[in-house]
Amino acid sequence: MSKVNLRKSPARFSIPKLSYRVWKVWHRNFDVFTTTIKVNFLPSLLEPILYLLAFGFGLGGFIPSIEGQSYIAFIAPALVAISIMNGSFFECTFASFVRMYFQKTFDAIVATPVSVEEVVAGELLWGATRATINSTIVLSVVAVFGLISTPLFLIVIPLAFFGGLMFASMAMCFTAAAPNIDFFNFPSFLFLTPMFFLCGTFFPLTSLPIAVQGVAMALPLTHVVNIVRGVVTGHLVPILGLNPLVLILISLVWIVLVTVFFFILSINLMKKRLTS
Amino acid sequence: MVVSKEVLIEAKGLTKKFDDFIAVDHIDFQVYKGECVGFLGPNGAGKTTTVRMIYCFIPPTEGELIVAGLSVKSQCREIKKIVGVAPQEDNLDPDFTTIKNLTVYARFFDIQKDEATKRANEQLKFFQLEEKKQVPILALSTGMKRRLIFARALINQPQILLLDEPTTGLDPQARHLVWDEVRYLKKKQVTIILTTHYMDEAEVLCDRILIVDKGKIIEDGTPSDLVKKHIGEDVLELDYDEKLLPTLKEVFPDARIEKLSDRMQIFTDKPHGVFEGFLKDHPIQNVTIRKANLEDVFLKLTGRGLREE
Repeated sequence: MSKVNLRKSPARFSIPKLSYRVWKVWHRNFDVFTTTIKVNFLPSLLEPILYLLAFGFGLGGFIPSIEGQSYIAFIAPALVAISIMNGSFFECTFASFVRMYFQKTFDAIVATPVSVEEVVAGELLWGATRATINSTIVLSVVAVFGLISTPLFLIVIPLAFFGGLMFASMAMCFTAAAPNIDFFNFPSFLFLTPMFFLCGTFFPLTSLPIAVQGVAMALPLTHVVNIVRGVVTGHLVPILGLNPLVLILISLVWIVLVTVFFFILSINLMKKRLTS
Repeated sequence: MVVSKEVLIEAKGLTKKFDDFIAVDHIDFQVYKGECVGFLGPNGAGKTTTVRMIYCFIPPTEGELIVAGLSVKSQCREIKKIVGVAPQEDNLDPDFTTIKNLTVYARFFDIQKDEATKRANEQLKFFQLEEKKQVPILALSTGMKRRLIFARALINQPQILLLDEPTTGLDPQARHLVWDEVRYLKKKQVTIILTTHYMDEAEVLCDRILIVDKGKIIEDGTPSDLVKKHIGEDVLELDYDEKLLPTLKEVFPDARIEKLSDRMQIFTDKPHGVFEGFLKDHPIQNVTIRKANLEDVFLKLTGRGLREE
């Protein structure tokens, strides 16, 4: 008997073919968002205010200054960066999972001329949009607190979209693997929480050992914080002894490469999950 | 019924494997334009899997499947444009109202907003959901949801309609509403594939029946031909009585006798009237004579054992 390998992988890894229909999936999510806007708006407005009050004014009163900045001015851009991360990550884990698994919304859409790849890409773009919306709200709060010192801050808005796309794509990889919704506790605690604390958010990375700084450079939030801080306050904090401008360039390239990689990977993983 | 000889859907050696489980096992079938074909089979027979391959929801593992001249392997987008799907499970969008479910769905087909609203209103009117137009999906009853799923499947004015258990959970009124719509669509030459567990539904609506079991098509024919071929004309149903058996076997030597817990059924292919004659000579209590039907065929071919999914 000849040995026949019956295991087949019909869905080969490939660069997804996408059309304008991606935006129709995005539009569906946008329509839902506008009908529930009040519920969506309030937490993203309230949270940064509480952080700025508690950490900025409360804790900040005990901290003289960081790199020549007040503590509240130091953490304000980090709050914007964190809202980019949280906005897209939660949208493409919990919210996407609910649509995929409980509501079977993806199943309904793929019965129309929209493909699985386009559904997932639409979700990713929507995740990026949520990041943009959330971070714009936080940015406005930061502005009201008088913590913006350069006109470059407007760069945050397009940056939020691309940074958001990066986190959304990473999140979608977890969604592709999630057996149930509780699974997302793992990436939340093992991925998001460490980044929340260790990516130059609430204290400068330079106060960490060089080795830990190196690890932080491998985490996506570090790069987002880096650029946001640069364009919001004009202050650049060196990491690993690198020139701050070089650092911003590295962060930009890092974000682009990682986004492209995870965008393609997540669509492939989701396609595999949804069509087998 | 006008059924042309133009083949619209053709499967050759169509197979779907999930890991080691073979859901659909090398089946061949053809569906003609304007035909309504019923897929009947116990749970897990492969009906839904077959339907899902027709609208490219899942790719076949092996074999050919051509829908309106298009291959499910490479022309999914074109196929999905002309197919309407009413799936078995509720995948309506709970984030939207009744009408918004239809208009958002229409947008996925590139139907312009005004046209989408017009079509949505027409469908809601026909399916008697007008009053529920602005109501969130969560406030609809099961029957209303099934009707809305059917309405949604028609939003792109499909040439081919796939109805996966369209009347499960419906009350008789709603069931007849769905049947009326199916008949109307048949008149408009829409090709329909229907899966159902209700034999009366299949008998009433389908031009042709495919009986599916364990991933294979085990019978193919018009409802009346299948009944004639496998069962015959009439069925006599009476209380099980061992003493009566020799007499029955003597009077009806060719008839099939089946025992069901405390009742028995005698199937005959003799012309109508033989059982009446028998009862004149043998007065028996608690007895029914009825026409043989598709359910008899189904139970004979697929057995009485329960299937769990």
